[in-house]
Amino acid sequence: MAVSVAVELRQVSKVYGSGPTEVHALREVDLSVRGGELVAVMGPSGSGKSTLLTIAGTLEEPTSGDVLIAGHELARLSRNDRARLRRRSMGYVFQDFNLLAGLTAVENVALPLELDGVRVKVARAAAMEVLAKLDLTERAARYPDELSGGESQRVAIARAVVGERRLLLADEPTGALDSLSGETVMRMLRHACHDGVAGVVVTHDAQMASWADRVVFLRDGRVVDQTVPSPGPESLLAPGGNK
Amino acid sequence: MSIRHALLALLSEGPKYGLQLRQEFESRTGEVWPLNVGQVYTTLQRLERDGLVESEGSGGAGSHNVFTITPTGSGELNEWLRTPPDVVPPPRDELVIKVLVAMRVPGVDLPELLQMHRRHLVQAMQEYTRLKSEITEGEVELSLVVDSELFRIEAIVRWLDTADARLKRLPARTAGQDPTSAPRVGRKIAGVWR
Repeated sequence: MAVSVAVELRQVSKVYGSGPTEVHALREVDLSVRGGELVAVMGPSGSGKSTLLTIAGTLEEPTSGDVLIAGHELARLSRNDRARLRRRSMGYVFQDFNLLAGLTAVENVALPLELDGVRVKVARAAAMEVLAKLDLTERAARYPDELSGGESQRVAIARAVVGERRLLLADEPTGALDSLSGETVMRMLRHACHDGVAGVVVTHDAQMASWADRVVFLRDGRVVDQTVPSPGPESLLAPGGNK
Repeated sequence: MSIRHALLALLSEGPKYGLQLRQEFESRTGEVWPLNVGQVYTTLQRLERDGLVESEGSGGAGSHNVFTITPTGSGELNEWLRTPPDVVPPPRDELVIKVLVAMRVPGVDLPELLQMHRRHLVQAMQEYTRLKSEITEGEVELSLVVDSELFRIEAIVRWLDTADARLKRLPARTAGQDPTSAPRVGRKIAGVWR
């Protein structure tokens, strides 16, 4: 599979308010995420994590700098084109799942496709396929209030990757879950990304961030550091290997 | 890690040979703690001397001997399992010392220093997580060991995060100020464990 840059932020800054109340949420941020890569963004509260995610997800516009989604410069797209790009290429996962209570798991997952004009039967089949990949076939006909937190979040991930989505954005996706459910969710996110989707997950939890291929650290709106990929875990558990 | 008690635990399942004990010890601890045969036999000899195990075979602690746990050994094992681990911190935590020292060294960019350590630790966590992602369902011992390492390192990352936030709130301080605070820290912490 060709490795392509799914999202790119170039010198992105975001300022809220003006004058004495001015807040610089992001300062000259450069970030690019390839298809097949899961990137975690870590940083303390107020470091700009969520702003970065909403700008990468085209839900908000930067004050300056460029955002490119699959090579398309957002600023050059019409409002409608931008909305279509958002609908077709991006999926969002939130801490509190945001599933529609009146729809079953499979109906929730199929919804973005149906809203985009895909026939119900085709959309449901695509939804079932994603649910199967996330081990949720048995839960497909259940309503959100019949699912555990971990299952709900996995349904939300299925909804975020169904169809031709290339970019998955998650804001503290394990924040409401216990350790093992959180681990399952991160495992699934990583799995979805390694299937070709680019993922950006915002978290303050180092254990959850450690599921990412790369961890980017934000501080006061700036990217201050990132992890470098390691050769592998072989040396880890050897005696004296983790020095 | 108490090899002595690990061997007693393996013998609590039934009589075993020395080599068998070594193999089982390694597989049960996710092969994280390799053990040489010499360590096994020396420990078995001491356990026998202390009346915690008995051996039967060609004499000595050789490979043809079968070892059995005694009632005293079972008692010792049960007591060890229920003894809380020592949670008193080590007398010198290297990273804490480095940060305390850095606060006094002129020209050190503390947030940058904390971030350097944070990155190193998160990278180590990524490696453990990669290892965890490859563990099969049957390897529960290895999962437990990896989880324990991840929680241990995460705690240090959280300490760095808290230190970062706490130092950010401080008014700017010139290096070398307040030299009397360090001994007080030592005395107060020691008081908690008295």
